[in-house]
Amino acid sequence: MSVQPITDAIFQNETAAGTVLVDFWAPWCGPCKIVAPILDELSTEIGDKAKIVKINVDDNPESAAKYNVMSIPTLLIFKDGQVVNQLVGVQPKVLLEAAIKQA
Amino acid sequence: MHYKAIIIGTGPAGLTAAIYLARANVTPLVIEGIQPGGQLTTTTEVDNFPGFPDGIMGPELMDNMRKQALRFGATIQSGLVTGVDMSNRPFTLFLEDGSKLTADSLIISTGASAKKLGIPGEAENIGRGVSTCATCDGFFFRNKRIIVIGGGDTAMEEAKFLTRFASEVRVVHRRNELKASKIMQDHARGNEKIAWSLNRTPLEVTAGPMGVSGLKVRNNETGEEELLEADGIFLAIGHTPNTGFLGGQLPTDELGYLQVISGTSQTAIPGVFACGDVQDRIYRQAITSAGSGCMAALDAERFLSEQTLHIFA
Repeated sequence: MSVQPITDAIFQNETAAGTVLVDFWAPWCGPCKIVAPILDELSTEIGDKAKIVKINVDDNPESAAKYNVMSIPTLLIFKDGQVVNQLVGVQPKVLLEAAIKQA
Repeated sequence: MHYKAIIIGTGPAGLTAAIYLARANVTPLVIEGIQPGGQLTTTTEVDNFPGFPDGIMGPELMDNMRKQALRFGATIQSGLVTGVDMSNRPFTLFLEDGSKLTADSLIISTGASAKKLGIPGEAENIGRGVSTCATCDGFFFRNKRIIVIGGGDTAMEEAKFLTRFASEVRVVHRRNELKASKIMQDHARGNEKIAWSLNRTPLEVTAGPMGVSGLKVRNNETGEEELLEADGIFLAIGHTPNTGFLGGQLPTDELGYLQVISGTSQTAIPGVFACGDVQDRIYRQAITSAGSGCMAALDAERFLSEQTLHIFA
């Protein structure tokens, strides 16, 4: 399953329960284009254990501001609504997998 | 999997090598690391690549090169090479997911990564105001104060780019003179949103709960410490060649650049070639990178055909 886009309006609902990785991205960010296919793969492999979603910071500035995102790609990992990990920049797949499992 | 040629890196050097090898029916495997397209993907307009009279965006140029390599049959796989065994042929590559690949010839075009200052407060504030990518992160500093550290062309370009967002961009450089080319300097100096703090050595990134608050510097003229207030700090202090995964198996110069036999792409190990910024401490241009990628492909092709002759001799 490819990574589903979310918006400011549904951000809180989407991240409220379980393990959720949110990819803050924008179409003009080169490194974000690298992260996207890695997360698509990971999303398929990980199945029900965690949810992976993405939010376009251009269209949804509120969530980025709320979580003080100043660099993209930024990946925030939520556990039951709380941020438990923040990864900035492109990360190898193995590292992301480990971070999700740890959450 | 075994390949006749593996190219590590997908900047202009790696992709040019891929285009040439693919057209020579060598069908190379190209390994794409954490920055596909290389440094050009974090630039904006490229105005000095011949053939584009109106300029071209860096990411678009790289996307074009990638498509061109694929068109002739190159295979591109994403992954991180964590180690290489070059003691025997075929060479063995170890990837971060635990898989192995072998190759009769190897082209190293892993480029260079943005250098960090190594001062207190820097590492812990990456993503909280410290950035190495102006095109990625400038957006978050609308009407805020930004410091760009560096005195080269990249620093000038980033400073100019960041004036689109920031209320003020201050260039901090440890020397009084800039290393940037005259045209880039003139552009930056003519921009009234750019302020200058030259002859200042960065000492510490200061930060509060919301991220970066400023940069502590030493004024090299007076020897006194100063605090420059800023919400964002962008590093443009040059690059370090990406050779760590080689584990010292190939000779480098004192700055870590791979050494090649002058006028060729041949490294100290037959069958291993290097091109692009990983072996170029002087020019480091998209066009010289692409040119050296072509050289590496032709050198590898010649090497492979000589090996085949040996087998049948």
